[in-house]
Amino acid sequence: MPCGLFHSTYERDEKIFQTKWVKAWLGAFLIFLFAFPFLFDDYLIYNANIIGIFLIGALGLNILTGFTGQISLGHGAFMGVGAYVSGYISTTLGLTFWVALPIAGFFTAAVGMIFGIPSLRLRGLYLAIATLAAQFVIDFIIIHLRPITGGSQGLMVNAPSCFGYVFDTDRRFYFIVLILVIAGVCFARNLFRTKTGRAFIAIRDRYLSAEMMGINLFKYRIISFGISSFYVGIAGALWAHYLTIITPDHFTINISIQYLAMIIIGGLGSILGSIYGTIFMILLPEVLRALSEIVKDSLPYFTFIVEALREGVFGLVIIIFLIFEPDGLAERWRTIRSYWKLWPFSY
Amino acid sequence: MGENVHFFLQLLVTGLVIGSIYALVALGFVLIYKATSILNFAQGELLMLGAYVCLALVVDYRIPFVAAFLMTLVFSLLLGLLLERVILRPMIGEPIISVIMLTIGLSSVLKAVVQATWGTSTRVFPQIFPQEPLNFGGIVVSQVYIWSLGLALLLLIVFSLFFKYSRAGIAMRATADDQQAAQSMGIGVKKVFAMSWAIAAIVSAIGGVLIGNINGINNSLSFIGLKVFPCVILGGLDSIIGAVIGGLIVGVLENLSGGYLDNFFGGGVKEVAPFIVLVIILMIKPYGLFGKIDIERV
Repeated sequence: MPCGLFHSTYERDEKIFQTKWVKAWLGAFLIFLFAFPFLFDDYLIYNANIIGIFLIGALGLNILTGFTGQISLGHGAFMGVGAYVSGYISTTLGLTFWVALPIAGFFTAAVGMIFGIPSLRLRGLYLAIATLAAQFVIDFIIIHLRPITGGSQGLMVNAPSCFGYVFDTDRRFYFIVLILVIAGVCFARNLFRTKTGRAFIAIRDRYLSAEMMGINLFKYRIISFGISSFYVGIAGALWAHYLTIITPDHFTINISIQYLAMIIIGGLGSILGSIYGTIFMILLPEVLRALSEIVKDSLPYFTFIVEALREGVFGLVIIIFLIFEPDGLAERWRTIRSYWKLWPFSY
Repeated sequence: MGENVHFFLQLLVTGLVIGSIYALVALGFVLIYKATSILNFAQGELLMLGAYVCLALVVDYRIPFVAAFLMTLVFSLLLGLLLERVILRPMIGEPIISVIMLTIGLSSVLKAVVQATWGTSTRVFPQIFPQEPLNFGGIVVSQVYIWSLGLALLLLIVFSLFFKYSRAGIAMRATADDQQAAQSMGIGVKKVFAMSWAIAAIVSAIGGVLIGNINGINNSLSFIGLKVFPCVILGGLDSIIGAVIGGLIVGVLENLSGGYLDNFFGGGVKEVAPFIVLVIILMIKPYGLFGKIDIERV
């Protein structure tokens, strides 16, 4: 039994699959994911779909915030841009979903890059506020651009179809989401082995040093905004076609906050962290709802208070996590794993 | 006086009153930012909580308004101290984004507390200021507006004097300027942090009570917490005088834009106009009117 991995070459260290076991487990997990819809009921598949959709967005935000160090409070609105563009193209213009999806991604990327321009001069908190403004401005546009977005009444969107096969049930839609999630994770994981990805990390760690080493800060920050918004635009488009009706209420600042919570709880600057964080944040309200149902049955008098407190528990969980687990779930997972690896002879 | 001029002045006065309340809240916000470099997203909820506490004391416990108001201030003071000690202090040294997220979490906890305790319907203060509006050469201003404006201005003056002359105020400015230097001069930095949260909670509560007297209070009151961002960016995040001027400008601006442009866009201009201005300011003058330009040396 080896007591650790000791790499002797750089190539070995950069490998995605560090050991054969990792590869084997991942393969088994993939098979499980493809078998998932045949094993479980609609409720679980629905949650899996939502997790998948938001995971794509969370990956996008993590690329921008976790890896490049640019805080964004506008990703809820960017998600809305993707959703409405895809909805408009596929429903009003009548093009197929498979064309609308990439267009939505690229359009959102363009919008994200425009709102990323202030990052040339702004850092940290100022940039966070600029993206907060993006959130409100885009919200306003969505509500008032009635001919395209349907205003506050919302927009009906078709379910995607392929040669007459309509992806209109949870189970069918699952496979679209799954394939896009796998593509998104693979791209993100590989991105940080390229020059662009390493430039992002250098900018996050110390942007002055990065600039001195010849990294064009503005260019890479804008690229980061673009990639990040592309992801979240795709997530928005998927969500639109999954819900089949979208209203401005779906893309408020609460979504932006939820995205931030996902990547912070999961772990900033970690692909795995985005996954854990998304699963946690999507399942938390479901668990709370189930608990409040139980409380409701035994204490009917408190129903109204329980409803209000659910929101509060959400905040409380975030606070507790940040105070006691500031590095996120991914880090906790790593420490647990390394503890058991050498158990019972840990030091 | 022409109809147009009259309309304009009416908007201007309303804007100034609302702006003075924004200025108060922005003052608390800047204070926290200056002393602790934390962006406080829970400022609006502190405001809402203060307003609800005062309302509950007046309506449910039948305490005279002035006494209730003072009790609200004491409550806010304790709340500010408690929040700083329990929640914010463990976060010293964590990345900015975690601290931002923490205040966001705090805001949803406070919102839930308010909802669970007082429900979601709009409530109004009993008549405290005389109903009869005053007439200034054709412009009708209700007395509660005058009181709000007066009280807000008074507080702003008091706080400016406090920062300029009192020991505690100077200690706070010193900490904001350079934590290490302040500490080595014997200033208790932790005490300053606690004090800035307490003052921020107090000024927010005052703003909440004032706005509650004007518009009534409900759960959307906390939205004012987000309105503060354009004010502080306009004035410069770390400038107290900037926060005051930014608050007044944003108040006037949103009322004017709402009054003149709402017909063209079908409503909602009031909410978004400050944020559009915010983006423009950030593009041309990123550190606001009075903000300290951050020069970084290697």
